[in-house]
Amino acid sequence: MSGLALVISVVAQTLRISVPYALASLGGVFSERGGVVNIALEGILLNGAFFAVVGTHFTGSPYAGMLCAMLGGLLTAALHALVTIHARADQIVSGLAINIMAFGLTRGGLRVIFHSASNSARIPSPDSILGRLLPGTGPLGDVLGDPVFLLAVALLAGSLVFLFRTGLGLALRTAGEHPEAVHSAGFSVARLRWMGVLASGLLAGLGGAYLAFEQHSFTDQMSGGRGYIALAAMIVGKWHPLGAAAACVLFGAAETLQIRLQGSGAPTQLLQMLPFILTILVLVGWVGRSVAPAAVGRPYDPEESDG
Amino acid sequence: MKRLRWVAIQMLPIAGALGAAILLATLISVLMGVSPGVLLRTLLSRFGSYAWGQVLFRATFLTFTGLAVALVFQAGLFNIGAEGQAVAGSLACAAAGIVLAGAPPGIALLLCIIAAFAGGAVWGWVPGWLKARFGTHEVINTIMLNFIALAGSNFVMTRCLAQPETVRTAMVRATLPKLETWFGTMRGSAANSSLLIAILAVVAAHYFLHHTPAGLALRAVGRGGPQARMAGIAAGRWSIAAFALGGGCAGLVGTNFVLGYKHYYEDGFTGGIGFLGIAVALVARNEPLGVLPAALLFGFLSESGLLVNTLLPREMVDVLTGAILLVFIASERLRSRRLRGAS
Repeated sequence: MSGLALVISVVAQTLRISVPYALASLGGVFSERGGVVNIALEGILLNGAFFAVVGTHFTGSPYAGMLCAMLGGLLTAALHALVTIHARADQIVSGLAINIMAFGLTRGGLRVIFHSASNSARIPSPDSILGRLLPGTGPLGDVLGDPVFLLAVALLAGSLVFLFRTGLGLALRTAGEHPEAVHSAGFSVARLRWMGVLASGLLAGLGGAYLAFEQHSFTDQMSGGRGYIALAAMIVGKWHPLGAAAACVLFGAAETLQIRLQGSGAPTQLLQMLPFILTILVLVGWVGRSVAPAAVGRPYDPEESDG
Repeated sequence: MKRLRWVAIQMLPIAGALGAAILLATLISVLMGVSPGVLLRTLLSRFGSYAWGQVLFRATFLTFTGLAVALVFQAGLFNIGAEGQAVAGSLACAAAGIVLAGAPPGIALLLCIIAAFAGGAVWGWVPGWLKARFGTHEVINTIMLNFIALAGSNFVMTRCLAQPETVRTAMVRATLPKLETWFGTMRGSAANSSLLIAILAVVAAHYFLHHTPAGLALRAVGRGGPQARMAGIAAGRWSIAAFALGGGCAGLVGTNFVLGYKHYYEDGFTGGIGFLGIAVALVARNEPLGVLPAALLFGFLSESGLLVNTLLPREMVDVLTGAILLVFIASERLRSRRLRGAS
């Protein structure tokens, strides 16, 4: 009995930890399949979490908070799209600059709105839908019935259909592989890439909301490198939504292990390094098995390719 | 006349970026209900020689991390790990200082400076080696190594180096004199003669890149294309060398903080100087000689943020820094087009 309860609680914890990673990683898939590297996922997660908390705090409704998070993510991503697609600037630098801005914006916002440099007021999170229908489903029911979790699963399924079963999905993927081809087929590469980047903002923003609901508050720098690890998970998952999600569950399991080992006598700081060391090692192991979209990171300029 | 036009085009992105930053700062202050005039007057009235000393102190940090990014950029790679390299170098610097407590001051000082460089170089070597050996992307690796360095420093501190009940080490005997020793008006400011090490590093990096065969090879690798391969230059070796050199520069941050300012190492003092180094290197267009003025610019910006902290949250400076970077890189393309048009 206690063995089963332990397994259930470990599985539930792993799933909970994986959700923000998976949403950000899925966002990375959309952005990079379209041809835009998105280091800004870290800042989008952070802004998403902050907007979720502010929205929930002022309306009292976590669902309004979720909408705010997606809006915040969308706006952050729009900035990235504007700079990288419209001005054709370096995608990595743009992402880093946006992360610096997000850091300043959220910390400054904490001080202005919540008069604290470290954390916001406590906010309610959305009730588990399953928990309300079937009381007593325990920790697993709480996760599986969480509205954000259900939305994340639906978005994952939807993205599979969109990317691999629709013409627009094919066009988006081609924009990241052979932008010239999709251009001559009559699509606007810029519009397709905007779509990919905005989708990443929506998804990672929602991931930020989940992060904030988990902790019932916003804390300074609470994204803690998850956006970067989500990018690594996307690479490990071969730029495929299911692969990325699976890799995120792997990282989630490692983090669960790390949390469970705390207090076992192992030094906390060494355990804190685990996800980051694991990321480096996994990437080394994946060399050659995972190939990026051919045109990712390269700005598309129709004038240049004509000449 | 043509030369003037060339200079104007070169300055276009930074002028545009600063203009945008001033506009944004005005907008933020109006939104927060602070009159821009009051903001400017407060800033000017508080900018005395102490504040200028602080600008120099911050610029010293940013020169080191800016060089760390620029050197690696010249080899065609991204160094986002200056933060972790600065932590590793500073920790090594303090550890050397504590071990060498009994040594003659001059020798101890020299060894501490070498330790700072070596600590950063070792931490920088790792992503360079991972890139050369396995081809894994340096951007993700350096970011991960930042987190590992921060946790690792925390581990080393709690296990052996920290004084009881604190997050700092014991005092280091080898020290660099403060600038107030010679310029009395800077009294109380943290500016110290590590600034001279920073200037030396800039000159050395410039000489290395432009006047030595090794520097030429490194830049040839950075430009990519077949030339480097045809000249028989092994790209992998140069990515390791560039990362080790860059990491060493970032490690020298320890001379400014440990040897020049606090005389001990303290956990968590770096607070984003590695990321700011990226901004510095970009605005300097990865030229060592440009790193110094760019470091002064961003040093000035962060000190300004502190000075008006009573009116506006100082984090506004991070938002402005990000905005400066975005406008700068967005207008770089415009510059290269104009230059092509002018030639």
